[in-house]
Amino acid sequence: MTLADRTIAALAGDIGRAGVTSERITEACLQRIVDLNPRLNAFITVLADAALAAARQADHEIAAGRRRGALHGIPLSLKDLLDLAGTATTAGSRVRADHRATRDAVVTAHLKEAGAVIVGKTNLHEFAFGTTTEDSAFGPARHPLDDTRSPGGSSGGSAIAVRTGMCIGTVGTDTGGSIRIPAAACGIVGLKPAWGEVSDDGVVPLSAQLDHVGPLARSVTDAWLLYESMLGRHQAPGARLEAAPASTLRLGLPRTYYMARLDPEVGRVLEAALATLRKAGVAIDDVPLPSAGDIAPVYLHLVLSDAAAYHADTLERRPGDYTPNVRHRLELGRYVLAEDYVRALRGRAVLRAEVNRALDGRHALVLPALGIPAPPLGAATVDVEGGPEPVRNLMLRCTQLFNLTSHPAITIPCGATSSGLPVGLQLAGPPTRDLLAIAHGVEALFAHA
Amino acid sequence: MTVDRWLEAARADAERRGRPELLPLLDGLAGATRALRAAAWLDKADGPTPRPPAADAEADGR
Repeated sequence: MTLADRTIAALAGDIGRAGVTSERITEACLQRIVDLNPRLNAFITVLADAALAAARQADHEIAAGRRRGALHGIPLSLKDLLDLAGTATTAGSRVRADHRATRDAVVTAHLKEAGAVIVGKTNLHEFAFGTTTEDSAFGPARHPLDDTRSPGGSSGGSAIAVRTGMCIGTVGTDTGGSIRIPAAACGIVGLKPAWGEVSDDGVVPLSAQLDHVGPLARSVTDAWLLYESMLGRHQAPGARLEAAPASTLRLGLPRTYYMARLDPEVGRVLEAALATLRKAGVAIDDVPLPSAGDIAPVYLHLVLSDAAAYHADTLERRPGDYTPNVRHRLELGRYVLAEDYVRALRGRAVLRAEVNRALDGRHALVLPALGIPAPPLGAATVDVEGGPEPVRNLMLRCTQLFNLTSHPAITIPCGATSSGLPVGLQLAGPPTRDLLAIAHGVEALFAHA
Repeated sequence: MTVDRWLEAARADAERRGRPELLPLLDGLAGATRALRAAAWLDKADGPTPRPPAADAEADGR
């Protein structure tokens, strides 16, 4: 294992000792970018010189005893939807080709305060309006384990970068699952905090009422360290996230809706993961979500309308600068009637109340993060139990509920298909700090399974 | 406006603007709109007096 493949927690313990320096870690990540990015297309902008300068500065400060925290000297990336002063925030689009950020997003500023080293800006589905990272002005991103497949999206480049050691951790955004979907597809951890918890100031919106900013990482502890720093609460090296004891956990499984329409192999991996939890003493019972069938229509009417409003001016002036599929979906949003938007808002409140009821007496909900393995690039539909289904519907199916309800949600790797494609298990519901403790406990069970 | 009338007008608009690519997407949106309008929780003017979802939760003993 090289420096580029280690966790933030491990590197934070070693940096400044035994020849481990921020400069060496950063060089290892930059070399990984040189080696892999031409094939995987994870990065839109690589900031090699600036990153190495920041790494040397971090090493100088650490050597002088001015350690800022666990992220000090750690190479990170940013989804190219977040402002980094002096660079373009392209959002994966030609529409923003002339953009140049004049200041940092609040999250970017917090990570800089923590002493993180920003190695670059990652590829995404254009304007975060898609789940495969295929429709980008900078070309499609490719799955790190099978480059004929999508890494998921919209934070696809971010997930690739963490999985392959192009950086140690990253920041993504999640409007319907855009952190959790690529994290699950690529076999890493992805956290969507509660809505509004992490600032979206300086982040290009898709739907402000559904957008969330959060981390993608190699472990739950790393996700916690990133999340804390994104809030400006920089944890010390060696800080520990307490794990919830498995034998005390009570989880609710909305089985009827979420364990249906799965890829059969993914379904078997998930059932095995649930069996692992039960064997460790986790109590899991089925819970109803009576309106689960309404999630997709409610989500669609909100996200289409919000996105169309944000893009209204450029859709008129520069329609040809969008990738065709994203342009079509944005134009579709202009046809949603106000009365249906209001109905969707009502549905959102109903769904939020149903999730709260499902959580009553339970620590969290447990469900798939992604019901299919990473899909082939270009696939419009894939086969699941019950017949073929559009890829976009399937990829959003397990995640979009918690964007509507604002509850925190996290995906952790729980196994792989026979061809080695990762499968993610999702936990959702309690306040983010509690959710991270639960996820940390569950993660340990899979590590020992 | 009924979904059928909305869809007819939307399709005509897309064709008038030279955007035939939108037609299958409009058909898909019409399906989602029908599903949304068929939701059991929707308030209707000739139905019971609406109650907010929070009140629903309280009524369930939460």
